[in-house]
Amino acid sequence: MDKSFTKILVVAAALAIIAIIVPYSGSFVVLLTTRAMAFAILAMSVDLLLGFTGLSSMGQAAYFGVGAYLTAVLATKLHFGLGWDFWLVVIMGIAIGAVLAAFFGLFAIRAGGVYFLMITLALGQCVWGLAYRWNSLTGGDNGINLNGRPNFGLDLSNEVTFFYLVFAFFAVSMALMYLLVRSPFGQSLAGIRERELRMQILGYNTWLHKYIAFIIAGGFGGLAGVLWAHTNGHVSPETVVLTTSVDALLMVVLGGSGTLVGATVGTAIVFGLREYLSTLVPWWQYVLGGVYVLTILYLPMGLMGLLSRVRQKFRSQGKEESLKKLATKPS
Amino acid sequence: MTNKLQKTLLGSCLALGLGLTAQANAEELRIGYISPVTGIFAQVGKDMVDGFQLYLSEHNNKLGGMDVKFIVEDDQGKPDAGVTKARKLILQDKVHMFIGGLLASTGYALAPVSTAEKTLYISSVSSADDLTQRQLSKYPYFMRSSWTSSLPHHALGQWACENGFKKVIVIAADYAFGYETAGGFQKAFEDCGGKVIQKIWPPLNTKDFGPYIPTFKADADGIFTTMVGPMALQFPKQLRAAGIKTKILGSGVSYDEFVLPFMGDEVIGDVSALHYSAAIDTPKNQAFVKAYREKFGKVPGYYSENNYTTAMWIDEAIKKAGGKYPGPEEFIKIMASIKLDAPRGPVELDENRNPIENVYIKKVEKKKMFGYDKDELWNSVIKTYPKVSQFWTYGKDKFLAQPVYDRDFPPCKYCE
Repeated sequence: MDKSFTKILVVAAALAIIAIIVPYSGSFVVLLTTRAMAFAILAMSVDLLLGFTGLSSMGQAAYFGVGAYLTAVLATKLHFGLGWDFWLVVIMGIAIGAVLAAFFGLFAIRAGGVYFLMITLALGQCVWGLAYRWNSLTGGDNGINLNGRPNFGLDLSNEVTFFYLVFAFFAVSMALMYLLVRSPFGQSLAGIRERELRMQILGYNTWLHKYIAFIIAGGFGGLAGVLWAHTNGHVSPETVVLTTSVDALLMVVLGGSGTLVGATVGTAIVFGLREYLSTLVPWWQYVLGGVYVLTILYLPMGLMGLLSRVRQKFRSQGKEESLKKLATKPS
Repeated sequence: MTNKLQKTLLGSCLALGLGLTAQANAEELRIGYISPVTGIFAQVGKDMVDGFQLYLSEHNNKLGGMDVKFIVEDDQGKPDAGVTKARKLILQDKVHMFIGGLLASTGYALAPVSTAEKTLYISSVSSADDLTQRQLSKYPYFMRSSWTSSLPHHALGQWACENGFKKVIVIAADYAFGYETAGGFQKAFEDCGGKVIQKIWPPLNTKDFGPYIPTFKADADGIFTTMVGPMALQFPKQLRAAGIKTKILGSGVSYDEFVLPFMGDEVIGDVSALHYSAAIDTPKNQAFVKAYREKFGKVPGYYSENNYTTAMWIDEAIKKAGGKYPGPEEFIKIMASIKLDAPRGPVELDENRNPIENVYIKKVEKKKMFGYDKDELWNSVIKTYPKVSQFWTYGKDKFLAQPVYDRDFPPCKYCE
């Protein structure tokens, strides 16, 4: 109990530091951090499936995409969601992500392992295909431009204001997901991840558990999409394309799956390298590739695995010392 | 290696933390350039940058007397990444203008940034029709130095009709650029009396045309194609291998100098249209081709020429403004007042901030050119349509009354 309290404290402190420092660090950094945090919600939703339920989804960009397209279509065709009704769009975005996941889940959850991966990939590509070909609604390859961000008393066109809004969504999402994985429901998900058969024998409806986790992840994906659409004011099939799903998955693996914080760290690193380092040097891709390879080779548990490894080392050292003490103690 | 990596990471973290901002120098013209430096379009991106750089290096890195700080940013061929980079250029580097963007979709994504940030955007390649047509009023800080997708293909439609083509099949890549090129061709061709009897839309990056070629109607006397990248190499090869000898009328990009060196003899005699050909036989173009080839080892295509010309245009405008950057609105006015003599021929801006330029109907020939000693494929100019506007001969108002060219517009009246 004590230990998890310290963890929460550390994460909260880190978030507080970000919230204080970033607004003073130049508007491009504010923009990048905002984008990274919106994307981190998606990465955490992937972690919910990969790290806590043991399902590697390759189609998470689909829910991200429908959330983003919903926002863009409502804003440009109906001028909806640019005032206080932005909050309605947020709710609708979460709902559409969840509903799509509920539909796709019917097909995907039946399978496991690689088959699950392939089915989610195929379903994700269906959404991409729709975005690419449904010209009258999605603008096809050209995508949709949003004209300006919502203004409901708070003017979100101000980068710093928008940063704080996304920050709030990010922090709340993280807290909610943390509560979820700590709940009895979350614990049973972990049980399914470890040994599904045993959970079935214990009388759990594992299909339903996985299905619900899948829907919740879809909802968070939709939320991330709504925010993402407003970060750059541009939505195109590129938002829904396979690489977006793969990126999210890689970020989780890089940071360390099953930790939520790891997903965020992974997102921060990838965004830092891809969007910031790429403005400094042309060989940023080598660095990104190198980071991936080194992580897989030396840190199969991701960067968060590094932390627990260090902790273990300290603990085992402590143990050895106490053992030595015991051994030298005259009996 | 690891040490270096650590240093880089540390460096980038530090930079991230400090949020480095560029120092503004009063005498300096800061130009941001957005092109795909990595990803599948990296080679095109390099050609774009090379074109601009060539002009800069020929002029001691000065435009109109101002020292130029030229900052290239990588959009990875993704519109969304392009927007992020454009905003980086504006917010962090405080550029006076940003240029570039390859894909039509990138152009559509970048134009709103210019409006939101009140910064000039010059589209030097991206050809999305509507930016300088029906959507122009939304983008007061936007101008184009290149072309609209349909511009050369109106002329090609007219040419085809005048040269005895009666029934033509259209096969074009299934995205906005394909629709706009094919639409321009069909409109002008049918208004002159020709008939488009079949329209086929293979997906972008199709490599196997086996399923499409057998469906071609036999009574066609021409095939209009819009093929991009690898498609351009595969289509003529597979069409001729299937024994079909129908003449090809290509959009410019199906045969431009970017793909031409990699093509076989089967393309000799194929006709295409564009606002540039490396084989334009003028001293100005010859000098450009020779300088470019010497420096970069290849014949320049329109990607390079358009950017070279853009740099030339900015050079003239800054000169005219008295050696300083006068702000976006004034700058566009000055740009519009300049009549440029570019490698591609005379260029000037129309009232919708799109170039009026020559369109060249070109035929692929194997020959020696400009004193090079080897036989090579060149796009020989067989007819020049001078001073073509994006509205062709229809006039602005009449043209803008119709919708933008699309998958279903113009409708295929003669398809069965």
